[in-house]
Amino acid sequence: MTQTQEQPLTSGAPSTSAGATVQLDQLVRTYGQVRALDGFSLQIAAGEFVALLGPSGCGKTTALRTLAGFERPDSGRVIVDGVDLSNVSAQKRDMGMVFQSYSLFPNMNALNNVAFGLRMRKQSGHQRRQKAGELLDLVGLSDQASKYPHQMSGGQQQRVALARALAIEPRVLLLDEPLSALDAKVRAELRDQIRSLQQRLAITTVFVTHDQEEALSMADRVCVMSRGRIEQVDVPSVLYARPTTAFVAQFVGVSSRVPVVLAGQEIELFGQKFPVRTGDVSALSGPVDALIRPEEVAVEVDPAASGFVTHKSFFGATTRLIVQLGDVAVRVDVRSDIAADIELGTRVRPAFVARDVLVAPRLADAAPPSE
Amino acid sequence: MASVNQEIAFLELADPHSKEGVPARASGPRRRWRIRWWRGAVLLLAGLYFLLPLFAGLKFALENIAGKFSFQALQNLPSSPGFSSAFWLSFRLALVTVVISSALMIPTAIYVHLKLPRMRRAMDVVTVLPIVIPPIILILGVEGSAPLTLKSSPYLLSLLYVILAMPFVYRSLDAGLSAIDLKTLTEASRSLGGNWFRTMRSVILPNLRASLLSATVLTLALVFGEYTMASLDNWTTIPVWIVQFNDATDGHIQVAASMMGLVGTWVLLTALIFTFDRSQSRRAQRKTGLL
Amino acid sequence: MSNVDAVTSDPGTSVPGSEAGATNTTSPLKRMFRFATPTLAMSPFVIYTILGLGIPVVFVIKNAFLSNAGHFTGSNLSLVAQGIYRVGFENSIRLALITSIIPGILGVFLAYAIQTSRSSVLRRLVATASGVLANFGGVNLTFMFIASLGTTGLLTVWLNYIKLNPWHYGFNLYSFYGVAFVYMYFQIPLMVLVITPALGGLRQSWREAAENMGASSWSYWRHVGVPVLMPSVLGGMLLLFGSAFAAYATAQSLTTGIIALSPIQIGNILNGNVISGETNIAYAIAFGMLIVLTITMILYTLVRRRSSKWLQ
Repeated sequence: MTQTQEQPLTSGAPSTSAGATVQLDQLVRTYGQVRALDGFSLQIAAGEFVALLGPSGCGKTTALRTLAGFERPDSGRVIVDGVDLSNVSAQKRDMGMVFQSYSLFPNMNALNNVAFGLRMRKQSGHQRRQKAGELLDLVGLSDQASKYPHQMSGGQQQRVALARALAIEPRVLLLDEPLSALDAKVRAELRDQIRSLQQRLAITTVFVTHDQEEALSMADRVCVMSRGRIEQVDVPSVLYARPTTAFVAQFVGVSSRVPVVLAGQEIELFGQKFPVRTGDVSALSGPVDALIRPEEVAVEVDPAASGFVTHKSFFGATTRLIVQLGDVAVRVDVRSDIAADIELGTRVRPAFVARDVLVAPRLADAAPPSE
Repeated sequence: MASVNQEIAFLELADPHSKEGVPARASGPRRRWRIRWWRGAVLLLAGLYFLLPLFAGLKFALENIAGKFSFQALQNLPSSPGFSSAFWLSFRLALVTVVISSALMIPTAIYVHLKLPRMRRAMDVVTVLPIVIPPIILILGVEGSAPLTLKSSPYLLSLLYVILAMPFVYRSLDAGLSAIDLKTLTEASRSLGGNWFRTMRSVILPNLRASLLSATVLTLALVFGEYTMASLDNWTTIPVWIVQFNDATDGHIQVAASMMGLVGTWVLLTALIFTFDRSQSRRAQRKTGLL
Repeated sequence: MSNVDAVTSDPGTSVPGSEAGATNTTSPLKRMFRFATPTLAMSPFVIYTILGLGIPVVFVIKNAFLSNAGHFTGSNLSLVAQGIYRVGFENSIRLALITSIIPGILGVFLAYAIQTSRSSVLRRLVATASGVLANFGGVNLTFMFIASLGTTGLLTVWLNYIKLNPWHYGFNLYSFYGVAFVYMYFQIPLMVLVITPALGGLRQSWREAAENMGASSWSYWRHVGVPVLMPSVLGGMLLLFGSAFAAYATAQSLTTGIIALSPIQIGNILNGNVISGETNIAYAIAFGMLIVLTITMILYTLVRRRSSKWLQ
């Protein structure tokens, strides 16, 4: 498994606190009938930022909470810096966690919230206040030090929560969908801030989210999960460009399914032959679908073509068309100025423009895309 | 005082904003075991304190003078001197109270809810008043200031009971009105051509059934349990009768009457809480889209 | 702004600005009408409240300062501030304190024990029971306790068999502490009712955040749990205080007016059990009670506001 690490921003002295290495080994957790974690294994390098991405119920939060110590796995181990922490209570794991919302202690102001972990570590009042002040500075909230949580906006609260988690200089920083409850604009700002902070401090970070934009833009590696298992772990660019499973192809970015016929290592798509991307073609038997991204298809207006445009959605720089070819609907992204000339009902001929195609077993009933 | 507790109890029970949540639990198997033991001890002690007197009272009520199990006390109760007139009086008072209370509070609550949302804060103050001005003080003031014609009628008590009942009647109606989003429903009904009467009859009142029921039940419990004002105003309602009745031969009758009162209250309120709680939580779930 | 001007000055266009013109020319009659309707609609309620609540209270306050001859005097109040009436106040306050602090604390523990129970059946059962028990009336409760813990009560007899008869150890149901003991029966459930929502408002994420920061159970309660709950606990106790202070029925039916408590003393005067020349004393006692209760409720609203801010 390739592990690429981005260089931390050289915006200051290199951090001395190297994060810890984390290994989650075959974690299994069942709730009644549901398998929240089904043999989940992941290795995280020191200082790496890993995002756990997936739909709700995929087990990403369970995995995070198991790492934090709030859940006990039925089997499997949690190993940090080579030490098995499976029987260590959450209290003693030395990790900093940022929760989705409302986790600041309401009876303390920002400064005391941030200083809480230090207080638990029996640091002196002076030390605590100083460190807490530094951290509030780091997140840009030193003017809010004496404010109480109910006096702060959601974004400010989460920044304080972040400062609080970082104050104890944790070996691992855990974030459980910290941006989900915030407005879009605040979310974007906080995203950048979290990422730059993390790089500066080089703390090993695990970030849970269901928002792929967040995951792809922030993480060193993204771990896509579904039903308690890992679908794919890769660097964001690879994850997007070369999804290895149908789930990833359709969860990360957008894909259209087109039934094709597999001939050896090739399929025929829109009248041309292309090699298949998936490594293990022999595992595929029976009918297959090609999973193609909207930007991998180009269209040409042709009155004699069999396909026609049924939908048109303006997204700014690009316009998304849905082209109906018989039973199949294909999403195509076209530059908006070109799309201006293409009306609904226009007959177009699609062409596949990437070098290889992801192929997956055919779904019994693939619903046509509706956007 | 029963009324005060009723108000407070109902205030909390009927609070549409009250949370149905479980406080945070500690993690770790050893901690859980320790907590379970402690919790069991607390619940056991509480159970003993609350259930034993109840049990003892019931047992005493269901015994005859010889100490054997018997319904004698209960059987003798209705024919005991003064009981039936006391019961009839309490009943009439309760009826009048409910009628006046409904006639007064329903339109007011609806109007405030629809047109004067800012008044709701002031109404909250009103709901707190019976705690500040308890029945003992109220009856003292009334005895001195009420005109003679009123004082000679028992229905003066009814008028006062309406005041006592006001907070939780209002709270109940308010909770019910909040839960059904009165404004939207009314506007919908009006835009579809319904006049005020129709709107009240077909839209508002049916949805207020649970609130009206709970207000009525609580008022009943209030009137049948109110002792302070009735005794000091010299009217023999059921509670007053229970205290005054002193049969030298059979102390069981008093206890039997008391236990009946307690059990009656229990049954009424449990049924009330059950229906109210169910519809309330269903509505709350609908509001948050969980259902 | 210039747009609007351009529009309104042009007679040719149909203009929304004409609405702006209309409001400026509302007739004073219309405005009066708009004010009158709410007043009219609210008047039954307001009038009733004034008559039923306002007049008696004003009467009480007024008469507290009136001598028997009708002159303004402070002598009623000074009389009431000493002697047996002073004892009455002290007893009432003492009783209210005891039956608000102790049931308050017990109620919190009980509520916590219930809320953290895994069985939702138990939780639902106890919630219902608290609602009902808090409503148990004075008279009925009295006789239940007489039947259980009176000198020949059932429980007394049972305990006698195992040589633990409370009466032999100084327990007296018909005394001050007996009254307090009976009060607990509805004060504890009241506290449970009041504190349960607050307990539910203790977020799991606070607990976990504290644990995550290295706090033990004890530290969590000390630094987060108790401080956050404190306003609600105080509020509940204030409510219990007010309820116990003003209570009449239970104490009266249990002790037949023997114990010196302010409400009882008022009742005795009203009943004619006391010298009739002292009628205005009753008003003075009531006035004193009103002061105590008003302070209690002011504190309660202040405390309530704080707790609602934190437990959103």
